[in-house]
Amino acid sequence: MSATSKAPGASRQARETQRRLARSSRVARKHLAVTVGLGALQAGLIIAQATLLAKVIAGVFMDGDSFADVAPWLLWLAVISIGRGLAAAGFESAGRFGAARVMSELRERLSRHLLLDRPGALQDEQSGDLVSSAIDGVAALENYFARYLPQMVLAGIVPVAVLAWVVQYNWESAVILAVTAPLIIVFMVLIGLLTEQRTRKRWERMSRLSSHFLDLVGGLATLRANSQAFSQAGSIQAVGEEYRRETMGALRVGFLSSLVLELLAMIGVAMVATAIGIQLAGGHLELVAGLTVLLLAPELYMPLRQLGAQFHASADGMAAAERIFEVIDRPVAVSQPAEPVPAPDPARWSVAMEGVSYAWPGRERVLESIDLELEPGETVALVGPSGGGKSTLASLLLRLAEPKTGRITCGGVSLSEVNPRDWRRQIAWVPQRPTIFADTLAGNLRLFNPQATDGQLAEAVGVAVLGDLVASLPRGLDTMVGEGGRRLSAGQTQRIALARALLSDAPLLILDEPTAHLDQETERELADAINEVARDRTALIISHRDQPIARADRTLVLDHGVLSQTAGAGAAGGGPSGIPSAGSLRDREFRRDARRTPVTGTGVEGR
Amino acid sequence: MITARIERTPLGRAALATRNRWKLFALSVLLGTGTVLAAVGLLTASGYLISRAAQKPEILSLTVAIVGVRFFGISRALLRYGERLSSHDLAFRTLTDLRGRFFDRLIPLVPAGIDGSRRADLMSRFVGDVDRLQDLYLRALSPPLVAIFCSVFCVVLASIILPVAGLVLAIMLLLGGLAAPALTRWAARSAGRRQSAARGRLAGDLHEIASGGAEIAVAGREEDWLGRADEDDRRLVSLQRRDAMSGGLAEGLGTLLAVGAAVAVTAASIPAVHAGELNGVLLAALALLAMASFEAITPLSQAAAVIDATDEAAGRIEEITERPVPVSDPEHPRPLPAGGSIRLKGVSFSYPGSDARILNRADFELRPGEAVALTGPSGIGKSTLAELMVRFRDPTEGCIGFGGIDIRELDQEELRDAVRLAPQDAYMFNTTIAENVKLGRPEADRERIFGALAEAGLEDWINSLPEGIDSLVGEDGSKISGGQRQRIAAARVFLSRARFLIFDEPTAHLDPEGAASLEKHLVDRRDAGCGVLVITHTLADPGAFDRVVELDEGNFREISR
Repeated sequence: MSATSKAPGASRQARETQRRLARSSRVARKHLAVTVGLGALQAGLIIAQATLLAKVIAGVFMDGDSFADVAPWLLWLAVISIGRGLAAAGFESAGRFGAARVMSELRERLSRHLLLDRPGALQDEQSGDLVSSAIDGVAALENYFARYLPQMVLAGIVPVAVLAWVVQYNWESAVILAVTAPLIIVFMVLIGLLTEQRTRKRWERMSRLSSHFLDLVGGLATLRANSQAFSQAGSIQAVGEEYRRETMGALRVGFLSSLVLELLAMIGVAMVATAIGIQLAGGHLELVAGLTVLLLAPELYMPLRQLGAQFHASADGMAAAERIFEVIDRPVAVSQPAEPVPAPDPARWSVAMEGVSYAWPGRERVLESIDLELEPGETVALVGPSGGGKSTLASLLLRLAEPKTGRITCGGVSLSEVNPRDWRRQIAWVPQRPTIFADTLAGNLRLFNPQATDGQLAEAVGVAVLGDLVASLPRGLDTMVGEGGRRLSAGQTQRIALARALLSDAPLLILDEPTAHLDQETERELADAINEVARDRTALIISHRDQPIARADRTLVLDHGVLSQTAGAGAAGGGPSGIPSAGSLRDREFRRDARRTPVTGTGVEGR
Repeated sequence: MITARIERTPLGRAALATRNRWKLFALSVLLGTGTVLAAVGLLTASGYLISRAAQKPEILSLTVAIVGVRFFGISRALLRYGERLSSHDLAFRTLTDLRGRFFDRLIPLVPAGIDGSRRADLMSRFVGDVDRLQDLYLRALSPPLVAIFCSVFCVVLASIILPVAGLVLAIMLLLGGLAAPALTRWAARSAGRRQSAARGRLAGDLHEIASGGAEIAVAGREEDWLGRADEDDRRLVSLQRRDAMSGGLAEGLGTLLAVGAAVAVTAASIPAVHAGELNGVLLAALALLAMASFEAITPLSQAAAVIDATDEAAGRIEEITERPVPVSDPEHPRPLPAGGSIRLKGVSFSYPGSDARILNRADFELRPGEAVALTGPSGIGKSTLAELMVRFRDPTEGCIGFGGIDIRELDQEELRDAVRLAPQDAYMFNTTIAENVKLGRPEADRERIFGALAEAGLEDWINSLPEGIDSLVGEDGSKISGGQRQRIAAARVFLSRARFLIFDEPTAHLDPEGAASLEKHLVDRRDAGCGVLVITHTLADPGAFDRVVELDEGNFREISR
């Protein structure tokens, strides 16, 4: 609710966002130009209207003009009225369309950012909010473009134009107007500063009071379980009353600014009217001049008053844009090399991490100088407690995040020299929580391999134990799934993710907790599918359960960011992997030579 | 009869529910009307003042008009200030009233009356809708009343001066007050209808890009999704362009009428001046009166939109509060038995609207002093047993006894004081740790609270916090980890004086070591004479329990160990 519902400093932030929009958005700039044009037209119409109306009234009253005498003027007034209607329509539709275009532009930047610059950087719960403000934010932005911005422009143009017009009729009135109008602005700023300080003090307390109801409703089931629902219901009244008293205290001061504004505007008009009246009575002024000035005086204050009323709408309107800027302002996760080299093929060369450390922004390190080597064709299990950094390690291998120190190589080529998009195409990935896209089941299965044939699809369905699901669906593989379609269980989702990986011919496979949310029976069913997916490629399987990693060549433990090898692991194909051996270092030298010859078979060309 | 008509809309019902605030509402309408009329007075008096002055009378004869102009100017500003304060005060008071009213209705519906995966969404929308109703008087009901009062006053005043001027003004005000808002409303509604499908599609695209971006990127399919989002975005923007045009025209009509009113009234009055029916000195006053009278009309377009929005919000609230109450108290509850076990006899249960039987003539008993574990695959309805035992739901068939008495004959709150459930995702209130634990037993002192927290394995953590048990947990526990949340939820139950304790997945977010130690504490409660039921899909130490039971095909089966 107006003055106090926003955090202190919100308006300052809103202004910053407005400036950014004007700077960075071509649409926003174009819109501003249109608005200024309409504002100038509006100012001209206002002045013409007042002048003509004064002429008609003075003519009829003082000079005894008949209807026929003033008819042409009345006609012009009708035209002007239509013109003002059109200008208002112009402000509104240009503003709304501008808002729609600006949001669309921001959405495009957001999409590109989330797919190209920082894929997967958002948490699930963040994305829901973000998406709704990216689409519904238009309504609030309309308030800014269609109401606040025009008032800003009018506040800049109309008072000056009116003053310039009035001064030629009556300089005394012009002086009154010229003094009171700037005073309004000065007082608004002064009172604004004063109240902001006061609300800042109350802010935290008020926001806690105002979220009390949300808290009670959210926790109602818990209250019920504890037999506390009815006793807590009484607190709504008490907290609501306290909130009201606090807020009203803030508003009594907050509304002072508009009181002063109204007072000055009204006193200004009253003073002009009185001054004109006295001059007219003294015969120093023509009625037509006096009327013109009187009609124009309220018009001079109008945009200033409206500006105050619309001010909070502007902060609201910027909120959606702010949220999007907040996301797209973050730096890219993995930078593109200026001169990328072709992606090396993990089917032929081993993938290695050398002294890799990582910390998510603003948090403690999750990985401490990791050394790891994945030989072509081997299956490596990665275990360890939750929060130990396993998924982070996967993100680094996927080039969704950049190591803070150390480097990741394939065949001796540092991946920082490779375009991350080229590298990712060589990887099939089953994330911890796979996404089911709003598409047919077949479309979902073809995520990694859109060209997969129906035969391949049927085979993958069989291996991933999806046969029962497909049979139960009304249109089989052509049934729509995901949002708006058929809902799938966690187990079915995991199976689909495995089938996606089965259909991919990428030489490197990363499975992240493929059975985390499943019961033991389902887990057993999927073990074969997992082995099938891992066959014939280099595979890294992350799990804290035994079943998925039963057939791994060796097992690594990642605990609190430190990697170690388990005793008794590494039955086949292993080789020391924690620390690179002299042999593997020599290999690397050799591979670096090999790199100079064109690297073929990167798996990129095929796509 | 009027009441009956008002009651037909959700908005009307919400307004009637808060009719005890009518005095404050009347005051703010009165002040709102006064605000507009003061501006009308200011301009009309000014018009008269300078016209009269142009006739060069004695300055003294202008004094009344001059004083009037100043009076109206100053009172206008003061009235506006008072109006804003009183209307906001009213908004806060009605908000509190409505919150209390709807919360009371919501209590018996949670949790079983509001089923489904989207409960959290539903609840936060509910809160948003209730909060939206604070605009009920301020922005929806007040502007039309102010507009009516002001219009009537202005038309009467104009008619007294010159009947034909009053007539023309009345027509313009009616057009401006009815046609323009109706057109705006129509434009907005049809825009909403047209755009909703396009919005939905685009939201789907963006949601996939935001939450599945990593998978799309790894699959190298970025361009596919960008292309689809771009196409859907264009479709939405082209609809929005059309709707911006129609919205603009509605707005333009309003302005045309407001500006045209002064011209029309002037034009209509000119012949009267000639005919001597109107003193020319009043011509300017009439024109300015017409101009000022539209101040009350302009907010009506917005009010129409707010009326629709608040009506929809009130409708959505009723959709929830009018749902059937799943579990209700008996008329004359029997006193809680002093002892005995909880016993399910031939209990069947299926969710409303579903044929699948979660429980099928199942029998189960939890005795004081024993610890039982219930396991089984996720999603087959283990939590349902817990909800039946605390009477969040009633069985479709069979009965549940507490010390030999059917729990449907007991008072719900008394039952839940004796049978305490720690639900799967226990809610954390945005207050201190101590207050959150205290929920289990409101009269508990700090020592007991700390004891319960220690028993839940949080002693070291609490001691490491600078503010100890007075530390804030944040919005829904945002400042604490999932494991700490589960332990605090367990501490709540430890603190209670319940005889039966039910924990639903108490260790899901803990590492194996932590899970084992918490599980041991839960089991230990049987030594205090409590019956303990632990529902989990991963048991750390089955041997510690007296019995381990599995839910299989709707029935309980003891697992031999």
